Amino acid sequence: MAFTTMVGARIRRREDPRLITGRATYVDDVRQVGTVYAAFVRSPYGHAKITSIDTAQAKSDPHVLAVYTGEDLHHAHNLKASLPVAHKMPDLKTPPHYVLALDEARVVGEAVAIVVADSPYTARDAAEKVVVEYEQLPAVVDIEKAAAGPPYVHESLGTNVAFTMPFSAGDPDKAFAEADVTIKQRIVNQRVAPVPIEPRSMVASYDAGMQQLTLYSATQIPHLLRTQLAIALGLPENKIRVIAPEVGGGFGAKLNVYAEEVVVSWVAMQLERPVKYIETRSECFQAMIHGRDQIDDLEVAAKNDGTITALRLKITANMGAYHQLLTPVIPTLTMLMAHGCYKFENIAAEVVGVFTNTMSTDAYRGAGRPEATFFIERAIDMVAQRLKLDPVDVRRKNFIASSAFPHTTATGLTYDSGDYETTMDKALAIIDYAGLRKQQEELRKQGRYLGIGISTYVEVCGMGPSAAMPAAGWDSATIRVEPTGSITVLTGVSPHGQGQETTFAQIVADELGVPIDHVSVIHGDTDKVQYGVGTFGSRGTAVGGAALKLAIDTIQAKAVKIAAHQWEANPDDVEYRDGKMQVKGDPSKSMTTAEAGFLAFMGDKLPPGLEPGLDATRRFEPPNFVFPFGTHICVVEVDAQSGEVKFVKYLAVDDCGRLINPMIAEGQIHGGIAQGLSQALFEEVVYDGNGQLLTGTLMDYAIPHAEQVPHYELDHTVTPTTVNPLGIKGIGEAGTIGSTPAVANAVIDALAPFGVVHIDMPLKPEKLWAAMQAVPSNGSVR
Amino acid sequence: MIPAAFDYVRASSVDDALRLLAEHGDDAKLLAGGHSLIPMMKLRLAAPAVLIDIAGIPQLDGIAASGGRVTIGALTKHAALAASDDLRKHAPALWDAANDLGDPQVRNRGTIGGASAHGDPSADYPAVLQALDATFTLAGKGGTREIRAAEFFLGMFETALGANELLTRIAFDAAPNSAYVKFHHPASHYAVVGAAVVLTLSGGTIAAARVAITGIGDAAFRAGGVESALQGVNPNDAVAVKAATAGAARGVQARADTFASASYRAAMADVFAARAVAKAASAR
Repeated sequence: MAFTTMVGARIRRREDPRLITGRATYVDDVRQVGTVYAAFVRSPYGHAKITSIDTAQAKSDPHVLAVYTGEDLHHAHNLKASLPVAHKMPDLKTPPHYVLALDEARVVGEAVAIVVADSPYTARDAAEKVVVEYEQLPAVVDIEKAAAGPPYVHESLGTNVAFTMPFSAGDPDKAFAEADVTIKQRIVNQRVAPVPIEPRSMVASYDAGMQQLTLYSATQIPHLLRTQLAIALGLPENKIRVIAPEVGGGFGAKLNVYAEEVVVSWVAMQLERPVKYIETRSECFQAMIHGRDQIDDLEVAAKNDGTITALRLKITANMGAYHQLLTPVIPTLTMLMAHGCYKFENIAAEVVGVFTNTMSTDAYRGAGRPEATFFIERAIDMVAQRLKLDPVDVRRKNFIASSAFPHTTATGLTYDSGDYETTMDKALAIIDYAGLRKQQEELRKQGRYLGIGISTYVEVCGMGPSAAMPAAGWDSATIRVEPTGSITVLTGVSPHGQGQETTFAQIVADELGVPIDHVSVIHGDTDKVQYGVGTFGSRGTAVGGAALKLAIDTIQAKAVKIAAHQWEANPDDVEYRDGKMQVKGDPSKSMTTAEAGFLAFMGDKLPPGLEPGLDATRRFEPPNFVFPFGTHICVVEVDAQSGEVKFVKYLAVDDCGRLINPMIAEGQIHGGIAQGLSQALFEEVVYDGNGQLLTGTLMDYAIPHAEQVPHYELDHTVTPTTVNPLGIKGIGEAGTIGSTPAVANAVIDALAPFGVVHIDMPLKPEKLWAAMQAVPSNGSVR
Repeated sequence: MIPAAFDYVRASSVDDALRLLAEHGDDAKLLAGGHSLIPMMKLRLAAPAVLIDIAGIPQLDGIAASGGRVTIGALTKHAALAASDDLRKHAPALWDAANDLGDPQVRNRGTIGGASAHGDPSADYPAVLQALDATFTLAGKGGTREIRAAEFFLGMFETALGANELLTRIAFDAAPNSAYVKFHHPASHYAVVGAAVVLTLSGGTIAAARVAITGIGDAAFRAGGVESALQGVNPNDAVAVKAATAGAARGVQARADTFASASYRAAMADVFAARAVAKAASAR
């Protein structure tokens, strides 16, 4: 970096004024003349044959413009679209996933028909007039039952097993034979719902004259969505424009191609009217992807000193009824990250993906890595408990040493950089770990149950090298120096809360020496921005920011040539210093980027052979993933009478390499911790045996209020990466990944006197209360 | 989300509301704060053809405390109750409930009358008003009648309020030694269990107690066994209070949901009743 005033500063998000004053444009704020409104008729059954659909009554409603069923799309209109799944798995079973159910519905909430009317109200009323006759079929919800045999979600497959992926490294059998102690535990990582504040929202319009389709959608991946729409609708991709305006929370759930996006686009083309669809919260619970939902059967081999020598692992992952974009890929990430930050070499693993009559699982903040961190961090605590060792000591014993990076794990990932012990020691010192343990002991004598939970996580993000991704992993950036000196950045990533309008401007302001207010960061519009892959997998800055840095390098190199020509100097002697160009060692003459940009625009004073204009488009192909890490420590007290959990303290010491804007990083960590602790304590999507969703509203499904989360104390260490030119790692998901096990370990630690080894999430008061009915082992009173 | 179509009329007075109720019959629902009714309409669990908005009726709003009696207009908002020094002093149990209910939006719109008349089995006020032994004034075509809280809450979403009646007023004797404690459902923040206690103290022991529990059965109920067992107990003697509050939900068919089983709910009735006793006895 040339000089630093902006990068590293806690400047306020430039996005926020419009967001908090109601001047931002979300999809539902897009108003177009002649807009009509869609409502979907959805299956009320987990599994049913559709015997007939009578649309006559709905169609006769004067408010209704059209009603289409799966049959209509498939046969009458020849739209045979099956939704995409991105993967490189040779044996994956990929049953068709039609945009409207054809003959059979396999999950509650599956779209069966679309009704288009003149208002959202009349559309909803008319949807109730569509008479669908169903013949209920046996449903299967339990993953193990589904894996074992019929009933089948897709009868034609003759199995519910979508794929099986075995993996082995080292000699786990030998390690288990030689172990001093082995621990076997089933850990259920329950299904959760992403619940963004803004549900899935879209408005499609079709300009028949230009043959141009425009889709506004609350998506994290405008370009990838455009590509998939082109395939699904059979349109030339250059006749489709996708715009992701303001997006009210994604968390991975908007990293997808949804049936509704295809259908609404198609209907807009049929009607040549803008068609808007904003799903209701109930629909969002049913038909937006869910996260997690794995059974992790775990066996750990260890030595008496706490050294872990081997891991046996079976991951049984619920796919739901169909694959969505990344459904089968998610649990494979769990397997890759099974090591956590520990160095054992022997591993035997198997991942099994299973179809059930439930909503598809897919990427949800962390996407496969939280599951791994959860079971390995629980395993460490179980080893400590069994061997009567301090969980801190067991971690220390097994950490990959800071001198061992880059470190290739037995599962084949190469961790870029890390210093796990320094981060843990910093956290232990801040929270006074020894003092806490003493306090815990004293309180236990009084019948009060304090629990201290540690999680030392590492995660894989900055997705990622194209060779290791289901599709392209690179991203892009364009920088334009405008004639009057303002700078336009077009980024291929699609921020929706991550703050890159601020952080990217900070980088540009420093590197090109312009006031931050002169930098405008544009994203999320496929007609404005060059192709980009989008925002997910904590890649926005680690990949998109890296592309930006490359573009800055190109701009600087050209600007230097322009300046050198004015000064009749050798370009090699001109450098950027403090945001301006000057001849090395001669501060008497200087030129700003804006001045160079003006000369580049005028075109008459450029060196021979140099093209006019000062702009650049660059793409960054990451040579590896990045691996942020950290230590989270949670302290809780569990009420012995009721099982209620009260937070006492929460500390996170994270390391995501260099920080562009610490305040924005902290915001990401805050949100991540909230979602992670919420999985530990509150959240669980529950279907009954027939596939009915029992937690389909915010009255049943707990998203924590402010009063339900603790004060977060944050600190960090800085261990840069060499994977990208900025030295940064992603931080979008780390909070979620680190926090869930910290909270669970704390709660279970509180219950240790009652002989508790493990309790599955969510750690609801009733479960804890039941566990505390045992007589405490240390003779303490209740 | 998206309710079915309905008509909306505004009542200008109690008599006007009664007239509109008679006119529209079963098709009509009264709308006060709307924080129970409108969510049900948005989920299309309720689809009244007519909403009669009573929120603007004058003189049904306000808290009056005099001569040891507290009178509250049915349209008094939760936020007003939560901010009332009179209530904090004379009926801290109700003040507790109003402060621990919903969120700011709900408290700023929802009313004590609306919440009571809705008859939600997990609502807070039904327990508090039974412990306070409150009297409900119901206006009907033929005049008004009064009914005690214990006879008002009949079952799940079922009260003694007639189809053509309007709840206008709630009154009770001041109960300075009273409290309400609640186990929040983590999602809805309704009571998994809520316990309201009114104590009459005499020389450091409980001379008389009224205890009511919500969240467990089809309607809030008085825990008669606990009330008698508390007599003569020192409220600061945790062991004695625990013994007296045991079995608070005895004889009640407890409900279960995805968050809490019936047996756990019943066990929590004891725990929260004991907490409420201790809180009611403490100086505040």
